[in-house]
Amino acid sequence: MTAIATREKAKLASNRGKVWPTIILMIGAIYCLIPVLWVFTATSKSPSELFTTFSFLPGSGLMDNLSDLFSYGGGQYGLWAANSILYAGVGGLLSTFVSTMAGYGLAKYEFKGRNLIFYSILGGVLIPGITLAIPQYLLLSQAGLAGGVMSVLLPLIISPFGIYLSRVYASAAVPQDTIEAARLDGANEWRIFLRIGLPMMLPGMVTVFMLQFVGIWNNFLLPFIMLSNQNSYPLTVGLYTLLSKGSGTPALYSVAITGAAVSIIPLIALMLFLQRFWRLDLLSGAVKG
Amino acid sequence: MTLTPAPPAAVVAQTRTAPPRKRSRSRTRFAPYLFVGPAVVLFVLFMLVPIIYAAYLSFTSYKIQGGGILGTKSLVFAGFDNYVSVLTDPALASGFWHLGLYSAIAVPLTLGLALLFALLLDTPGVRATRFGQTAIFIPYAVPGVIAALLWGFMYLPSTSPFSYITKALGWGPIPFLESSGIFGSIANIAVWGGVGFNMIIIYTSLRSIPAEIYEAARIDGANERQIALRVKIPLVIPALLLTGIFSVIGALQLYSEPTTLKPMTDIISQTWVPLMTIYRNAFLTDDLPGAAALSVLLAVGTVALSGLVLWISNRRTKGAQS
Repeated sequence: MTAIATREKAKLASNRGKVWPTIILMIGAIYCLIPVLWVFTATSKSPSELFTTFSFLPGSGLMDNLSDLFSYGGGQYGLWAANSILYAGVGGLLSTFVSTMAGYGLAKYEFKGRNLIFYSILGGVLIPGITLAIPQYLLLSQAGLAGGVMSVLLPLIISPFGIYLSRVYASAAVPQDTIEAARLDGANEWRIFLRIGLPMMLPGMVTVFMLQFVGIWNNFLLPFIMLSNQNSYPLTVGLYTLLSKGSGTPALYSVAITGAAVSIIPLIALMLFLQRFWRLDLLSGAVKG
Repeated sequence: MTLTPAPPAAVVAQTRTAPPRKRSRSRTRFAPYLFVGPAVVLFVLFMLVPIIYAAYLSFTSYKIQGGGILGTKSLVFAGFDNYVSVLTDPALASGFWHLGLYSAIAVPLTLGLALLFALLLDTPGVRATRFGQTAIFIPYAVPGVIAALLWGFMYLPSTSPFSYITKALGWGPIPFLESSGIFGSIANIAVWGGVGFNMIIIYTSLRSIPAEIYEAARIDGANERQIALRVKIPLVIPALLLTGIFSVIGALQLYSEPTTLKPMTDIISQTWVPLMTIYRNAFLTDDLPGAAALSVLLAVGTVALSGLVLWISNRRTKGAQS
């Protein structure tokens, strides 16, 4: 009786003690949501309301802003969005596939040069991608590729971190015995990879794809340097140029804000959707080596 | 010839098993190269060759041969001239100063908040953890340029909700984009975007700690805060190091945030951080060798810094083990 009572009391006390941690966590959540909330309310304001009414009050200009956005520059915003999807989607898929193959190869085979390749790629993780952008531009312009879609897509397919994660994941998720058994059954190496390796590595691949997709979607400097034609810009570069023009004409502020709001919706949706499938413990697994 | 001794049994066994083993060995001899081949080719083309090319460019300079308008530009060997001129450029010193101030605010705050939120998520009895986790992770989905654009408008006196309140109270706008506030303002964008991702890495690392360790600590009379400080934090140090290295590399790459804010304020110059100087050298002043030299310096600096962090962490973990 008394034991239960004291336990209940302890439980009550511990529950009361958890109020502050919950409050601090909620403050963090609000801090992270404020700009998102702001951009959606700002999107609903007409340009004049934007500068006069309190930020978190909705305005009356949502439809006008949306039609201004999609008619800007003869529908350039739609093109930018399509380009972002193209670069991040195709680039992310190719990058995931190349990384998975390389990670599987490095984890599951003993071969000459394996360590050299692995450590070179590991070193590549530490090289800031951005310092590579200028020499990449120079080389690609000599090859006559700069300015084209390929100049943005090709350099992004190689992802040292993606390969590293895939290797960690392949050694953990694909048992060597299963591969040996398939070999005894006479399957060739490529079939073993496609039929046995790939399905087992799928959660890891979703993680690598998500990291690559977001990374490419967020990339600014590479397309900013490579591309000169506004119609092949991704959203980041497009909205940046819009904003730099907007500093002279505040009327473009509303277009830039609406463009930002519309651009983050699909990515947040994708993130919430993929949350169920990815394996972020892969990242902390990578720490243990 | 009939006297030829029968081959020893072992040899028979060997020759009998040899064909299949040989076949499988030759089969697996080429397979790995096919798997890693595409990655190696891309790695060489888009990472190794650009690095070598940048290093080569950094030791050259343009020389006008001929003279007048008919003169042609050609590359000649210049030794360390580019490095000397880049390193003595006052723009670079102030660029690194800005970068240093920004990193000093952004890196510890990002990691500290990420650790705090990860520990809160992992504390038994805390409510609404799923909501908190998702909300704090959402900024990761917002590109740096878009984040800078959003926060830029929230800093701009004419559209800022924070300055709206302080102005209504008669205090005037908050100087987010003035020299007094700019470092905090830019660091805040990075913290906002980076906390969620780092939190998830630390949190997943916390989840992998076996529950028995906590039970043992509780039996010894430790409360949740003591468990967090004395048990959890030491065990997630590897995850903290990983996030630390990423944060430092990320901080050195600061570019899109100040570039996006530049149209909104006069404080940010064309050479505000080193990467902006690289961009100016390469594309605005046509000084490619200078841009290459600075790129090489930045890459070497980053690798050295990350290497140092890894080396220290290795020594620490080895020291703890022995």
